[in-house]
Amino acid sequence: MRHLAIAALFTSTTMLTPVFADDAKPELVVYTYDSFVSEWGPAPVVEKAFEETCGCDLKFVSAADGAALLSRIRLEGARSAADVVLGLDTNLMAEARATGLFVPTTVEAQYDLPIAWTDDTFIPFDWGYFAFVHDKTLTFPTDFEALGQSDVTLVIEDPRSSTPGLGLILWIQDAYGDRAGEIWQGLADNIVTVTPGWSEAYGLFLKGEAQAVLSYTTSPAYHVIAEDDDTKTSAAMTEGNYLQVEVAARLKSSDQPALAQQFLDFMVTTPFQSAIPTTNWMYPAVTPEGGLPAGFDTLVQPEKALMIPPAEVPAQRKAALDAWLGALSR
Amino acid sequence: MAWRAQPVGRTPGTIAAAGIFALVAACLAAVAWRAADDGVPSLGPADWAALRFTVLQACLSACLSVVLAIPVARALARRSFAGRRALVALLGAPFLLPVIVAVLGLLTVFGRGGWISSLLGLFGLPPLSIYGLQGVVLAHVFFNLPLATRLLLQGWQEIPPERFRLAAQLGAGPREVHRLLERPMLREAVPGALALVFAVCLTSFAVALTLGGGPRATTLELAIYQAVRFDFDLGRAAVLSVLQLALGLLAVVAGLAVAAPAGFGGGIGRVPVRWDRTGRAAQVLDGLAIAFAALFLLVPLAAILLAGLKGLPALEGPVWRAAATSLIVAGASTVLYLALALPVALTAAAGRPLAETAGLPGLVASPLVIGTGLFLILYPFIDPGRAALPVTVLSNAVMALPFGLRVLVPAARAELARSGRLAMGLDMGGWNYLRHVLLPQLRGPLGFSAGIAAALSMGDLGVIALFADPDLATLPLAILRLMGAYRMEQAAGAALVLAVLTLAVFWMFDRGGHARAAL
Repeated sequence: MRHLAIAALFTSTTMLTPVFADDAKPELVVYTYDSFVSEWGPAPVVEKAFEETCGCDLKFVSAADGAALLSRIRLEGARSAADVVLGLDTNLMAEARATGLFVPTTVEAQYDLPIAWTDDTFIPFDWGYFAFVHDKTLTFPTDFEALGQSDVTLVIEDPRSSTPGLGLILWIQDAYGDRAGEIWQGLADNIVTVTPGWSEAYGLFLKGEAQAVLSYTTSPAYHVIAEDDDTKTSAAMTEGNYLQVEVAARLKSSDQPALAQQFLDFMVTTPFQSAIPTTNWMYPAVTPEGGLPAGFDTLVQPEKALMIPPAEVPAQRKAALDAWLGALSR
Repeated sequence: MAWRAQPVGRTPGTIAAAGIFALVAACLAAVAWRAADDGVPSLGPADWAALRFTVLQACLSACLSVVLAIPVARALARRSFAGRRALVALLGAPFLLPVIVAVLGLLTVFGRGGWISSLLGLFGLPPLSIYGLQGVVLAHVFFNLPLATRLLLQGWQEIPPERFRLAAQLGAGPREVHRLLERPMLREAVPGALALVFAVCLTSFAVALTLGGGPRATTLELAIYQAVRFDFDLGRAAVLSVLQLALGLLAVVAGLAVAAPAGFGGGIGRVPVRWDRTGRAAQVLDGLAIAFAALFLLVPLAAILLAGLKGLPALEGPVWRAAATSLIVAGASTVLYLALALPVALTAAAGRPLAETAGLPGLVASPLVIGTGLFLILYPFIDPGRAALPVTVLSNAVMALPFGLRVLVPAARAELARSGRLAMGLDMGGWNYLRHVLLPQLRGPLGFSAGIAAALSMGDLGVIALFADPDLATLPLAILRLMGAYRMEQAAGAALVLAVLTLAVFWMFDRGGHARAAL
């Protein structure tokens, strides 16, 4: 009987085939990243608000992060159960578009983004600047060359496994082009370590392992609002800070195209957008009625937004990674 | 000996072992099949560099862990002191903690802003430099020294007490006892322990990356990660994963081949009395070994405790729900683990030693590739989110097998050697032999290994991160989510809950299995 254990497992998984809800409410399936659906993320608020108006059942399915989300959609292809994918970003847009799985929408909104938004397939829902977060007592160098010459210690994320890590290499690539390798060589002795993801890096920074961590200009808002701690700030660089815009799109294969469109329209309205600042700790793509929560007014405003146009990211990404690997592998 | 008739069957274990290999092969094949259109993947210099670093750090970690474990296990085997049992139980903790929690604990002690660096700072000395190969190895020794110690301690306890008595009667001193009893035992136990620690370190990802200091410390698992998420090159991921699997199998097969059965024969299983431990030098050495292990392992645990206490009051409902889910998953995994481990262990003990490798795929195959493969296999039939818990239970059970088998196989082999022929002579085989002789005799190792299985299952993030269902988080996933939502203090509190629950579960099984009081 024991040797049946493995065989039994296969059957026990198949016994759990989805049971369709017996009430006739249509189901809208939204794939997103894990921190969006967590109890402390925006999903609980968003789900409640949307279900009040849509007469539907909104179901979130999560992948680890934006890149994992795109991998999953690629694996599932046209058979995907997803109607909407929420949580890709400007650095993944070109690859996402190339899959041919997404279709244009008709969402119109007054975006409050640092750049003009014209894409008709990928609709922004929030944005932020990458920045080094540090204690206010530290005088942070104002550009990457000075940072490389300083003895400020940094903890950064690996571009191969993390979204902010990828943002940083594109940031330096955009600001310095062919000189990116040189800049990274300057930074090499400042970097204490490179972590697999944002959580580890931020945890190490709070533990005092480094003086600054690669995060977002909005990170200090968490400490001000949730912890009443205004000792943290972020650094605006003279080169500009790299912009990340997070987007959503609907899938061609969706069996609920009208509902998917309705969700994207809802996404740029106040009930959704007002949840963003204090659950996702990013700037909302459309400022909600009532403005931003107190605490966001204290954040550092970079003078210049840098961003490699989404269509050029795939071409520049390889060069940026090679520059990073070359300089830090010595 | 290999073909001698045995009172236990080998078929169920062979089928279970083959099933596990088939499952892993199916996962790898699914990934490779999906990538078939992209052409044959080729490995570049960066992949070979990753391979070199992976093997280097795994070798160093394995050697250091096992070499240090020998004096610690010997000291624990021949000394008794107040708190010994608690110490042995706590020694299990580092191995059972989720990686990121343990790493943060280590950094509190050894980090640039850690306790030792602060102490050095008082004398005007620079902080410790933990980031680099030294940090990776330090963390791996922290995780695996306790595992190696427990495996060797088990080895000491497998030496029948009568042998020590005989040695004392013949006037053997510590040196002779070492040569005649301990060295043969180590010849049998050390290769297996080395291979197992090597295999554990082979798939190191978060430790190697966080403490490695940068891309110099790229492991194979990170190269796989890059192939899957940065390049979406599934073919390369599959090839790298096969490479990783082959390395692990090679290590364990080599370990099994080199290990020489000590052949102590049977004893009646009383607590050994050691007459060879009264020398001054031996006492000092044992004291030092125990003090070293206790300090090295318990101080970072104390750091985790201190950090966790602050976050404990802030814990919310979802964390407690996740804790309950984790307990259920751990219970189910342990049952499944026992159902797999027992037949496989008996098969390995009854003359098919290679059956012991059955646990390895779960350990050395890349979790990311296996998860992706399972996803590709399940996806056409069922919403993978709904399969999250069964898949987690299965993967946790398989993951615990190599540890459990390392404990169970030698014990089962010794018992078969002791009572197998007698049972055959009495025509007592199959179920009767199992129920009345073998299982009661194996209670200790079974309890210990079930404890490991339950604890590993509590602490492992496993494939649940890939299949996550938003409403069904396990405790490790909840900790990750808390950290991802800036709530580091609560995450530390949840980590403490996890550590306490994990140890409690482990302790329960381990105690429950104590036929012999010695452990």
